[in-house]
Amino acid sequence: MSPIEQLDEITAEDMLIPGVEDVVRESTSHHRPEGSDPVSESTMILNMGPQHPSTHGVLRLVLEIDGETIVSLAPDIGYLHTGIEKTCEAKFYNQVTPMTDRIDYLCPMTNNTAYALAVEKLLELEVPERAQYIRVLFNELTRIQSHLVWLGTHAMDIGALTVFLYCFREREALLRIFEAVSGQRMMTSYVRIGGVALEMPSGMIKDIRAFLADFPSKIAEYEGLLNNNPIWKSRLQGVGKLTAEQAIALGVSGPPMRASGIDFDVRRDMPYSGYEKFKFNVPVSNGCDVWARYLVRMDEMRESVKICLQALDGMPEGRIVADAPKIILPDREQMKTQMESLIHHFKIVTEGFAVPAGEATSSVEAPHGMMNYYVVSDGTTKPYRVHMRNADFANLQALETMCKGQLIADVVAVIGSIDVVLGAIDR
Amino acid sequence: MSDPIINPATPEACFGKEAVTAALADHAAIQGLADLIVDAKWDRKELTLTVAPETIVAACKAAQAASYVFFEDVTAVDWYPAEPRFQLSYSLLSYKLKQRIRVVARLNEGQSIASVTGVWPSANFYEREVFDLFGVPFTGHPGLTRIMMPENWEGHPLRKDYPVEGYR
Repeated sequence: MSPIEQLDEITAEDMLIPGVEDVVRESTSHHRPEGSDPVSESTMILNMGPQHPSTHGVLRLVLEIDGETIVSLAPDIGYLHTGIEKTCEAKFYNQVTPMTDRIDYLCPMTNNTAYALAVEKLLELEVPERAQYIRVLFNELTRIQSHLVWLGTHAMDIGALTVFLYCFREREALLRIFEAVSGQRMMTSYVRIGGVALEMPSGMIKDIRAFLADFPSKIAEYEGLLNNNPIWKSRLQGVGKLTAEQAIALGVSGPPMRASGIDFDVRRDMPYSGYEKFKFNVPVSNGCDVWARYLVRMDEMRESVKICLQALDGMPEGRIVADAPKIILPDREQMKTQMESLIHHFKIVTEGFAVPAGEATSSVEAPHGMMNYYVVSDGTTKPYRVHMRNADFANLQALETMCKGQLIADVVAVIGSIDVVLGAIDR
Repeated sequence: MSDPIINPATPEACFGKEAVTAALADHAAIQGLADLIVDAKWDRKELTLTVAPETIVAACKAAQAASYVFFEDVTAVDWYPAEPRFQLSYSLLSYKLKQRIRVVARLNEGQSIASVTGVWPSANFYEREVFDLFGVPFTGHPGLTRIMMPENWEGHPLRKDYPVEGYR
């Protein structure tokens, strides 16, 4: 007897235990009519993460699936909770700046700026124009850097591995610029209360200009790899729909919100740090899907290049920190030659500086969406309460709405499209 | 309607319901919340409106009708040992007016407050976070469980009587 004949003798019925047939038949009926209630007997629970490569950190998703279709989805977060808000309450105002780097670790400069703006509002401190321009310049370079990580990882999740390597090549150039200006590649702590930490090194502007001149052609290169790629298009188009009403109800901000047709950008509509002096477009799309979010972010990178060039062209001369000797650490040279500066330095480092009682909210347009810092002071040298509103936390709530009724593989595309950073969600 | 931030007639700061409603009489939020306001503050170009905790849902609905359609977040401040202990700060944004307001409700320990998830589903995670880290209960929340800390955690870390280094 040949092996093939042997197989023919065992029928499908023989392999099933009596009574299981119905369950098997139901669970394999993938194509339920749209809008029908989930059949609870036919669904199963699937754990995705917290160690899944496409969850961009430690995000655990509890999926209820019917075959391959998502019936419900519940994000489980908190794996990266380090109590940064509590730690901030035990630090001097200056010492909080390095903590903010570690929240959204892909956009440290933006975090630093948001925190500095909130404390400056409490102190009613005027920041010199040059410092504002430097802040704008580095906020936009950070946006490009963060979007490059997003594009690389998003494309890698979908299966386009080449894009990841190309994106990280350009990101490396940006990280070198950050290192040159702050001494650190990622945890920069460059934007400080009252201004920025250091003057840009000589030759820095030339490096940035060289990068900006080159970068638009790189965006075209990424688009050349992706825009006409049939797999990329079919994985992104029509996936993860989110209407404008849903976006508002679920608190979605940033590129996912603008890809749902809401034309709002904090930089343009509620300008901070001198953004009112810059001319740029806010990319908006009515596509409402993963593809629209991709297009919006690609355009945002182009606009960021424009803003950076304007910041370099219009960069005024002058101080890089506010003139407030009791708040801002003195220049090293002054500290060693002037008694008064030495006293200020000693007092700021050992006692901190008192901030008038009150509460202030600052809001900036971070690469992932609207980032707010809420700082409450009780008049002492340590913040009474620091709360960060990161767009990722709210955007994650929209994940279920975007994924319901779609396939498991689409969840990966949708997570990539909202660009979550778990450090910012868990804090 | 004039923008209070640009309008030169707006004072630098004013405190108390009467003073703020007089100074910013044409502000959309003050008109919208009118009777619900128990205290108000205009400080550092930010408007803070205090409402009674029982009226928080009505206040949020009124703010939503007054074009503050985007719920940014809710967080708490623990003023221990002062009473009322918890200050809940709701941050609301208007796309149309390009303005932000802060609605505040003050609670004693053990007192609960109605959930605003019926007005904005986005309040879900933020209310869970306040419940987890401050121990403020929200009534009518669809699934009020801890979000950051493990389920079996004891205490609420962001309370002022909780040590920074944790209990040893």
